[in-house]
Amino acid sequence: MNAQMKTGILVASLVVVAVVASFAKRSDVYLLTLYCVYLMATFGLNLTVGYAGQMSLGQAAFFGIGAYVAAIALKAGVPFLLVLPISAIACFVVGLALGFPALRVQHHYLAFATLGFNVLVYLVMRNEEKLTGGTFGISGIPRPSLFGVSFDGPLAFFFFTFVSLIILAFFLWWLLRSPWGRAFAALRDNPIRAESLGVNITAYTLLAFAIGAACAGIGGVYYASLVEFIEPGPFHFSTSLTMLLAVIVGGSGRFFGPVIGTIIIILLPELLRSTNVSWLKFMQTWYLAVFGVAVVALMIWLPGGILSIGDRFKSKEVAK
Amino acid sequence: MTPFLEVKDVRKAYGAIKAVDGVSFDVGPGEIVGVIGPNGSGKTTLFNSILGQIAPTSGHVEFCGEDITGMSPLELSRRGVGRTFQTLQVFVKLSVRDNLIAAAQEFKGTLGGRLFAKPDAGLGDHADQMIELFRLKHVAHLPAGSLSYGQQKLIDIAMAFMAAPRLVLLDEPCAGVNPSLVDQLHDRLVELNKTQGGSFVVIEHNMDFIMKLCPHVICMVEGKVLAEGPPAQVQGNRAVLEAYLGN
Amino acid sequence: MGDLIHLILSGTATGAIYALAALGFTLLWQAAGVINFAQGEFVMLPAFAMLFFIAVGAPLWLSFLLTCAVAMVVLGYGFKRVIVDPLIKHGVIPLVIATLGLSIAVKSIVRAGYSAEAHPFPSAFPAGQLSLGGIAVSYADIGTLVLAGLIVIGLQMFLNKTVTGRAMQAVAQNTDAARVLGIDVKRMVLYVFLINAVLSVVAALLVTPTYLAKFDMGDSIGQKAFFAAIIGGFNQTRGALLGGVLIGILENVVGFYVSPAYKEGVALVLFLAVILFRPEGLLGKAEERKV
Repeated sequence: MNAQMKTGILVASLVVVAVVASFAKRSDVYLLTLYCVYLMATFGLNLTVGYAGQMSLGQAAFFGIGAYVAAIALKAGVPFLLVLPISAIACFVVGLALGFPALRVQHHYLAFATLGFNVLVYLVMRNEEKLTGGTFGISGIPRPSLFGVSFDGPLAFFFFTFVSLIILAFFLWWLLRSPWGRAFAALRDNPIRAESLGVNITAYTLLAFAIGAACAGIGGVYYASLVEFIEPGPFHFSTSLTMLLAVIVGGSGRFFGPVIGTIIIILLPELLRSTNVSWLKFMQTWYLAVFGVAVVALMIWLPGGILSIGDRFKSKEVAK
Repeated sequence: MTPFLEVKDVRKAYGAIKAVDGVSFDVGPGEIVGVIGPNGSGKTTLFNSILGQIAPTSGHVEFCGEDITGMSPLELSRRGVGRTFQTLQVFVKLSVRDNLIAAAQEFKGTLGGRLFAKPDAGLGDHADQMIELFRLKHVAHLPAGSLSYGQQKLIDIAMAFMAAPRLVLLDEPCAGVNPSLVDQLHDRLVELNKTQGGSFVVIEHNMDFIMKLCPHVICMVEGKVLAEGPPAQVQGNRAVLEAYLGN
Repeated sequence: MGDLIHLILSGTATGAIYALAALGFTLLWQAAGVINFAQGEFVMLPAFAMLFFIAVGAPLWLSFLLTCAVAMVVLGYGFKRVIVDPLIKHGVIPLVIATLGLSIAVKSIVRAGYSAEAHPFPSAFPAGQLSLGGIAVSYADIGTLVLAGLIVIGLQMFLNKTVTGRAMQAVAQNTDAARVLGIDVKRMVLYVFLINAVLSVVAALLVTPTYLAKFDMGDSIGQKAFFAAIIGGFNQTRGALLGGVLIGILENVVGFYVSPAYKEGVALVLFLAVILFRPEGLLGKAEERKV
């Protein structure tokens, strides 16, 4: 498949999504928007985990920081276009800080360090009532209006989010194609060799965390605006866990891996919840259980994730 | 000739075990020095002490008149000191071409500048030349990890030369490489020595390879330098023979 | 002052439970290179198993023994054969992900298939308090301390004094060398999985009366087990003990004197501090950077 065909397929699928959304029911449009919002965070996480090889179980914390910063700022009347960089930069800076443990420890230690960070952020959200509203949360978050155009309606907000997601994804694609992308891969594949070849692993490790965090922060801004009411619940570390699993299940280190993975963690369970088909009803309660078992099975049979199926066939052909 | 790399009385002890026990030697500009010795004689530990992977217990290493003892591998690479490792160390998921570009891109421009540089960081042609030189053209776009051991070894070595370092330390370049490739490797190293003008220090067990490549050989036994000089002289040394045969 | 001593005593008791789970964690890591993210669920499942045996009429002690047997088969042997053996060759990360998946699966199965409620769990010790020089200590705390203490001492004796125990330590320190010495490495690794399963059941027995049996009770225990292991030093069995007790006491003290809302954060802060300033843990030995 050449590059032109790939671009063609990509553009066609984007158009299909846009058309489907235009004719979908209100609740489905909401769901699609939610999907786009989570995809911003999982795209970022894929950079941290899949491309740069850093374990992270704290993505939901950045998602939350972005959402809370946005909620507070938007309610205070700060314009959306200003809130976006503020949240992104806030998460970028916190992400840099979270990168420091990564310089000391790796893999599972790092998984727990980031998870610990997530739990701390969650505790702050729940307990600092003056700032975050505690368990009551923050309600009445406005949707943006830019240059006199209001994005208040569900479809208008969907398209606003959809286009933003495409811009973010394009930016990440461009970044990963630059020499930085190669340096991230070098850091992931072999940090010791990378260092002896002049790769500043300190800088790239911190950047990998910070960029991933900033993406989650941006996702958080759209999330706050979408749901119009936030409380600590969605930013629990269990969300970080499902985000990580989305990246891995889709295929970590593959650009479109999160697109597949996020369907599985966000779209499918919600669609099942609203289904009327009787045999699918059974899946509503058992979805997570099946998902968990599927993750175990996937790790045993296809550790590269769903998108690595193609490679599997290729390598078998070469072996012949 | 003023020495280029000066290793002065380097020692590295692990508890009571003296892995490197007072080694000194010089390397001149453009010179190729071979390091031989039985397994466990401290050759790799010496390399790692010179290259900042481990801190030597005592002693000094000077490069171009600067004390580089205990510097990190990153700082050393910035000063033009490159290396290869005993075991394979390529970036397995990157293509061969990307491996080579990755090996040199960090020396071009600033960190911020590289974000906005061309995807190949302007190193594409240079990488293609190196691919040509190492006869890797037919696999240039495959992931390095999918290639044979010998091919990965060639990539590994080619990477060390991508940024044209002034000094390269090669740790057993021939290990696990089949004999036809060993000859090729010899020719490539001689060529690179001529074109890039860097100095090499080579650890190797393959005597024929060392004899052909290195005008100057050091033999290490039990952490000490046992003999030093032209290869034929070192090879004929009684003590060296005894150390190898085990009296 | 009386408050403080009381807090320290009951904190030590809670910490001893964390230490039990942490001990299994460290043993698995040392001997088999396994990081088990489902460790908390390994405590939750036995709690429900014991409740099941109690419901069909068995007394607590018999339920405990039966659960130990089942756990050794399922959480010990089964876990090793079905999940660890096929995955260990891929390295640490796929196994971490798989145990994450396992943790979600087990929680959701209990929730969807049995109950999302919290179920009361009988204490192994009599209710009431003992007055020790004016300080009230509950029988449950004393019992927990004694039982956990006995288990830890027993395990240490087993590891240090018996041939099998020493063989297990040899495997933990250097698998290849142990194999050369003629130690049946596979069998020793299996023993570690079995011991981990039993330790989890004991932890369940001690912790569930206060935590209550609930599908997500393992979240907190699993995390604290890991934090305790890191804080104490992952390559030291004694480290798990120190880490667990330290967390237990500090949680109690912070919960009482500072803010109960941040009680859960104590282990995290301690853990992050250790990672930044002493990654090898309080009792751990630093390892040379490997090339």
